[in-house]
Amino acid sequence: MKKIPLISFEKVTKTYITGPVKYQALKGISFSIDKGEFIGIMGHSGSGKSTIMNIMGALDNPSTGRYKLKGKNIEKYDNDELADIRNGEIGFVFQSFNLLPRTTVLHNVMRPMMYGGIKKQDREGIALETLKKVGLEDKKDNLSNHLSGGQIQRVAIARALVMNPSIIMADEPTGNLDTKTAQEIMKVLQKLNKQGTTIVVITHELEIADYAKRIITLIDGQIISDKKKR
Amino acid sequence: MDIQELTILSINALRRNLARTLLTMLGIIIGIGSVITIMSLGAGSTESIVSSISSYGANVLTVSPGKFRRGPGGSGGTFDTLTAEDAEEIEEIPNVRMISKIVNGNKIVTANSESTSAQIIGTDVNYEEIQNITLTTGSFFDQSDVLGASKDAVIGDEVIEELFGEDSEEYVIGETVRIDGRVFQIVGVAQESSSIIIPISTAQTALLGQTYLNSINVYLENTNLVDQTTEDIENILLISHDIENSEDADFSVQNSQSFLDTISSVTGTLTAMLSGIAAISLVVGGIGIMNIMLVTVTERTKEIGLLKAIGAKDKDILSQFLIEALVLTILGGIIGILLGMGVAFIASSFMSIPFIIKLSSILVSFVVSASIGILFGYYPAQKAAKLNPIDALRYE
Repeated sequence: MKKIPLISFEKVTKTYITGPVKYQALKGISFSIDKGEFIGIMGHSGSGKSTIMNIMGALDNPSTGRYKLKGKNIEKYDNDELADIRNGEIGFVFQSFNLLPRTTVLHNVMRPMMYGGIKKQDREGIALETLKKVGLEDKKDNLSNHLSGGQIQRVAIARALVMNPSIIMADEPTGNLDTKTAQEIMKVLQKLNKQGTTIVVITHELEIADYAKRIITLIDGQIISDKKKR
Repeated sequence: MDIQELTILSINALRRNLARTLLTMLGIIIGIGSVITIMSLGAGSTESIVSSISSYGANVLTVSPGKFRRGPGGSGGTFDTLTAEDAEEIEEIPNVRMISKIVNGNKIVTANSESTSAQIIGTDVNYEEIQNITLTTGSFFDQSDVLGASKDAVIGDEVIEELFGEDSEEYVIGETVRIDGRVFQIVGVAQESSSIIIPISTAQTALLGQTYLNSINVYLENTNLVDQTTEDIENILLISHDIENSEDADFSVQNSQSFLDTISSVTGTLTAMLSGIAAISLVVGGIGIMNIMLVTVTERTKEIGLLKAIGAKDKDILSQFLIEALVLTILGGIIGILLGMGVAFIASSFMSIPFIIKLSSILVSFVVSASIGILFGYYPAQKAAKLNPIDALRYE
């Protein structure tokens, strides 16, 4: 029996049409990701890496080709079903504006559980448990605008983890951080991966991608290399 | 997501921008506040007029000269069609216990080097019983005073207070006042009155110079026959005035109920009109809310994108912004109700009318402010809910 990959792209294209201009961001890419992988997707801006992330994160649909999550074809899902996928299967970490302004760390982490129908009385316990994994349980009552850049990204990681998703997707998670803090964040992700979480990091920096176990490199909407390390 | 959580989220969001929140609510506060104030003052003045007319009693009919019409400017005061002979004929009608003839006019009253304007009522001795006059001190003039056209006056306590100061009622009996320059002796003080009652003969000859009457009060034996008696009076007067068609009558007969109907229809119309004007400010307030909510949605586009990325459904976003608008309008409504009640309380004590707040007007205001929230909050909330998550996340 063939194992079903966690994520699979089959000849996926994405074309943006703005007025008379057609722009093909993805030109038929195929790859798959298995559970437990740590993947870096590399490419310059305009290479299509953000488009991959949008499709993978159920924020957008491919123009042609197939995208399967856990073997399920989610292209035909409606807005509510896609919201459920984002809530339960995917944890996002963005480059900036990750946290709700003037909201405590704890409430930021608890927010996905509100949308996910987790019982009210269980939420705080789960959130604190998750904050421990990123070492921020003592900051739970701090407001999001009183945190350092590194702390913000850790809270974002905790929030991404809190619904126990199939995959964590980080889009330039270290883009706003200094080198030392960036390394710390990557080490947090690396640790989580060792504990079994599947992680995709999108970046244009080689040093960051280097933390991953497999690197997919994109140029102009096409995969030019897909290498497992060692 | 339940309502309680959404409400907490909304209150937090509104607190982030407190000054703007308060300014936005101001439209609703003023609108609801003025509706509450106007409805309260309308109810209060109706109540005050009704109670003063009800003290008249249902067994009193008033015959006035001129055609009585419903609404403002109904009964004219300068008709000379009602005479003493009419009064005598009415007195003969069965079921009429007694009548009192009335002439009246406003005159300047002077005493104690103070002066004021007061309504002078010239009448006969029956007036005391028909109008249920209560004297705090002294006595009403008697039949011989009326026959002899004596210069005696029963003065309302409010006039006494203006002329002689407070708590002067005890010693004013026997004092004199000048009405239109003529000297009158005070024989009695009438309770809760701002009029001066003098013998009709004196009023007609010395003060007003008129032979016709301004009205006739008719006191009935049996209140159940009020319609029959009204008809009898009309028929007798039509014959003696030589008028064939009752449409052309130069007099009218009213009972206290028809007064009440007129008054409440007038105050009702006025209250409705003023409330309507106040309601316009509510619509303006609602548009203000919509405007600010649209600005808020634009400002928080990135936040909406983030919420959608972590799993918020369209309806979650919709209800969050809708409840935010609702919290704005309901809170504004509650403040408006309290403010309106406060203003009405102060204004009614200045106008010396009873302070009345109907529960219905509070409930209606509450429902109206909530409806404004839904009505004007829906479009911005819908706009937020329909945002594409990718565009929202990229929004700068």
